Amino acid sequence: MTGGGAGILQAVGVTVRRSGRVILDAVDLDVSRGEIVTIVGPNGAGKTTLVRVLVGLDQPDSGRVERESGLRIGYVPQRFQTEALLPLTVRRLMTLGHGKRAAADDAAIRAALTETGVPHLLEAATQTLSGGETQRVLLARALLRQPDILILDEPAQGVDFRGQLDLYDLIARLRSRHGMSVLMISHDLHVVMAATDRVVCLHHHVCCIGHPEAVAQDPAYQRLFGREAAGHVALYTHDHHHVHGPDGQVQPRLVSCGHDHSGHTHHHGAHHHEAHHHGAVHDCALPSHDAHFPPPPESLAGENRHD
Amino acid sequence: MTELSGLFDDFIVRAGLAGLAVALAAGPLGCFVIWRRMAYFGDALSHSALLGIALGTLLRVPVQAAVVASGLAMAGFLTAFARQKRLGSDALLGIFSHAALSFGLIALSFLGAVRIDLHALLFGDILAVDAGDLVQVWVGCAVVLAVLAFLWRPLLAATVHRDLAQAEGVPVARVEAAFMVLVALTIALAVKIVGVMLITALLIIPAAAARGLSRTPEQMAAVAALIGLLSVGCGLGASLTWDLPAGPAIVATAALIFSATMVIRTTGKA
Repeated sequence: MTGGGAGILQAVGVTVRRSGRVILDAVDLDVSRGEIVTIVGPNGAGKTTLVRVLVGLDQPDSGRVERESGLRIGYVPQRFQTEALLPLTVRRLMTLGHGKRAAADDAAIRAALTETGVPHLLEAATQTLSGGETQRVLLARALLRQPDILILDEPAQGVDFRGQLDLYDLIARLRSRHGMSVLMISHDLHVVMAATDRVVCLHHHVCCIGHPEAVAQDPAYQRLFGREAAGHVALYTHDHHHVHGPDGQVQPRLVSCGHDHSGHTHHHGAHHHEAHHHGAVHDCALPSHDAHFPPPPESLAGENRHD
Repeated sequence: MTELSGLFDDFIVRAGLAGLAVALAAGPLGCFVIWRRMAYFGDALSHSALLGIALGTLLRVPVQAAVVASGLAMAGFLTAFARQKRLGSDALLGIFSHAALSFGLIALSFLGAVRIDLHALLFGDILAVDAGDLVQVWVGCAVVLAVLAFLWRPLLAATVHRDLAQAEGVPVARVEAAFMVLVALTIALAVKIVGVMLITALLIIPAAAARGLSRTPEQMAAVAALIGLLSVGCGLGASLTWDLPAGPAIVATAALIFSATMVIRTTGKA
């Protein structure tokens, strides 16, 4: 399913059912060392469930998760809010549950916070952090564990549009500096595009996997997402050429699931998908541009809805 | 020596010592109760104590053990039902809490009014603490505090973010189960002091009052214990001076201290 070698973290035929519904249907996924993999898909596609299984928070009904022995995971959860009555500073949060080893090392805490751009928040109360600050603090906290892989569940949630681009830049820079792998969830493919090596389109099953550039220029992708979506991808590629370099010559092959996606681009409702799930034609039901990928000018307002 | 044993003969001294022990344990434990938003959960557990007392008396089992058992049964029911997700947690707690209270009162009525002082069960009977009770309360509270200290780091991690703690290897389910046992045990110990209606107050009011005066979780636990001690001391004093019911006087004192810390906090931060 992937480019190059045994992954450090793999899902093999992972299937999860919840009260009769199939949330994940025989999902295969692997992440290689040093690679950034982004899972995209509409709401309710099973992205968070897949990540929870990979992290070890949930058990699959069938299939398995294989981790390289001794694999250290730095997990950044989707939501993080501290109860108002709990006095907790960022400094304390950094060492929480890390045992004595990390607790003593003040210099490491400062270094990690500096790396994620928030050294000034060391003594701040966790309740006062904004969405973007929280993500950066949690990223720094994950870095303290010197992880082999960072697993981020929608890191850009609750972050404004500009902040999202900065955050994905930061994640890409952290990967370059530390050589760790990154697995993250996004539902905004066009924003995350510049900072990712491989995109996994998930809607209960894996619809397709590929290099974002290859995906964007592949006719199969354009059928999937609509031509306008491809146009926006190009726009953001232009915006962020400093991240992924000017080449674009060697483009990894798009691995597609082989289902017929044509004519289904607007069938993005989960219920609709359920109805077709076991039919001959798998409707991947990925979000079309107009529903989930608002064009940039509007999205500046739209993306702020989380705040 | 005779002076010391004479001291323990004084009912008000015994009351004070029992109250201080419970306050010392309830303060830090209560911090977790409010951090985990379990105030009404504590209420349901303490109401189930009434059922425990009735069943314990009927079955001739030590009453304290029956109270712990009924508290744990209640905690188990609540945890199991919370997974169903058909009822909101507030409705669930309201139903269980008041059902436990009603069934407890019915069970007690079978024992007859002669054998059980209902008023003492509901609002405490701290002035009737005897030497045996005193030993039991101090040993129990020491155990609660020791176990809580042992659980502190993993419990705090699980309280700040359950999934994050679990992903990082904290045995969350076991730690949370141990915490439930501690709450049930503390409730059993506190029934005699403030009664089933007011136990939750002893857990949450000192803890909430400590919030404004603390910068770290540990500070808050220590300050909560101190405020609990102060409430017991002043409450008992007020009870003696003005002939007030002792349990309610302790809780009312804690509430007044809480109000004072709110004033300090708002004016201090302006």
